[in-house]
Amino acid sequence: MENILQFFFTYKEAIFIIALSIFLGIEVISNVPAVLHTPLMSGANAISGVIIIGGIIVVGHADLSRFSVSLVLGILALIFGTLNVVGGFAVTDRMLEMFKKKKK
Amino acid sequence: MDKVIGNLNGIDFTMGETLLELSYLVAALLFVFGLKLLSHPETARKGNLWAAGGMGLAMITTLLLHKNAAGEGIPLTNVWIIMAVIGVGSALGWGIARKIKMTAMPQLVSFYNATGGAASALVALLEYPNAKTGDVGSIFVTVLGLIIGSVAFSGSMIAYGKLDGKVGDITKPFMTYLNLVLLVFTFGLGAYIIFSPNQPADMIWAIYALLAFSLIYGVMFIMPIGGADMPVVISLLNAFTGIAAAMAGFIYSNQAMILGGILVGAAGMILTILMCRAMNRSLINVIIGAFGEGGTAIAHEQGTIKEITLSDAAILLSYSKKVVIIPGYGLAAAQAQHIAHELDTVLAGKDVDVRYAIHPVAGRMPGHMNVLLAEADVPYEKLIEMDDINPDMPNVDVAIVIGANDVVNPAAYDDPGSPIFGMPIINAHLAKNIIVMKRGMGKGYAGIENYLFFNNKTRMLFGNAKDSLQKLVTEIKSI
Repeated sequence: MENILQFFFTYKEAIFIIALSIFLGIEVISNVPAVLHTPLMSGANAISGVIIIGGIIVVGHADLSRFSVSLVLGILALIFGTLNVVGGFAVTDRMLEMFKKKKK
Repeated sequence: MDKVIGNLNGIDFTMGETLLELSYLVAALLFVFGLKLLSHPETARKGNLWAAGGMGLAMITTLLLHKNAAGEGIPLTNVWIIMAVIGVGSALGWGIARKIKMTAMPQLVSFYNATGGAASALVALLEYPNAKTGDVGSIFVTVLGLIIGSVAFSGSMIAYGKLDGKVGDITKPFMTYLNLVLLVFTFGLGAYIIFSPNQPADMIWAIYALLAFSLIYGVMFIMPIGGADMPVVISLLNAFTGIAAAMAGFIYSNQAMILGGILVGAAGMILTILMCRAMNRSLINVIIGAFGEGGTAIAHEQGTIKEITLSDAAILLSYSKKVVIIPGYGLAAAQAQHIAHELDTVLAGKDVDVRYAIHPVAGRMPGHMNVLLAEADVPYEKLIEMDDINPDMPNVDVAIVIGANDVVNPAAYDDPGSPIFGMPIINAHLAKNIIVMKRGMGKGYAGIENYLFFNNKTRMLFGNAKDSLQKLVTEIKSI
């Protein structure tokens, strides 16, 4: 019990953010028309590419003076993160572009 | 510029650190606004750009201003390497996204989701050795991020393979138990790592084993789930990727990552539930995969199948006032969306009011059909959602069902024994006439008989949707 309380206190800010973000995520998405489900899923997917920041930090502080498995894995993480972010936003934009085109 | 500007709880903080945190705040707000705008048709594109802007900002400021625990910034050589890697990744991601066919959209979303999961798993893997021995909290989030990220990666890759037709379904009764054992084992190993008194450096074998088990679990988790359920699964895995990214945010105490990740996690869960509801199924049901096994309890009197000739269909359509086209995945699979648009243009020339009735789960993903029809230049106003078109169905002269099956199956209303009982459908059976275009008498994804086809008002037009539509258009033009 004490451990759990300790965990809560140590991470209280993060836990607050999580609690509020869950609510925010639900609130922002509800009432979305079915038309937008696929683009929305794709756009949300691109936002989850925020992990790329982790990739930048890992590679950013990696020791480049010698070859290591972790350097390779870090670069791999960065490539994957970039694919997720750039590909995700690009493909979402392409879907939405079509809705726009025939609206005029 | 990076001078100490204040002191919080005994720790000095600098200008650079402050600017970095401020940029994360702006990025997080852009994610929220972006997602909000994405959920309205008018503003969706702008929303996507805003969110992308937030991401770009966070990436740049991290690159320029991030400091490790020792207070060192990112060395210039590393900056160049990062920029080169991001450049290569961007070119790849952008290229694939621009080149892909619209029908292949669902698998591409799944693929990009897989890359996000992989990145999260790798970051967790690489940060684990840096954790302090006995720091249960940070090891906990690392382990959780690793498990969830790996499952999202391997699961999404399998989903990608299934949607692309490269991977089949494997359903064996024992798999449910095997998966349960695997799941318990994976979490057991995770718990062992979290509570182990050993130094993380001595536990490297365990963290790699955890990676392997999580990856295997992801494959086994998705393998038995039917191809038709992939949209729900992708949405669920999308939520996973978000949560995995948030766990990594915990490791770095990075609020933008936590907020962005959890936002996607929550939104993905809600979207998953919305999709399940549109199919009248529970998430558990999708995951365990009981679809198509129950079978229909009530045997309906099967009338006879009545076919219609192309010329009769052409005449019927030309002299109608109101026509509704109900497209399904068959239309997309046959690449017939452009011809369908031609049909509605030709009919509009004859003063026929043509609209499209879109079921929430038409196509391979909710909204996929809208994207496909939009690509074929069908005007937005002609796409009517199920709830808006159903009240008007009795006034419709002809309902043309193209490559759709379960979404027009009246069994959803009156056959409690049917697996799709209770699922909302488009009321094609209420139209005055129904033309069903179909390749053959095969059953739908749900694997159940559709007695709409035996309805007295129904006429069947067998053949490839594209060919049939092409001939139909020629026929109508000649009238």
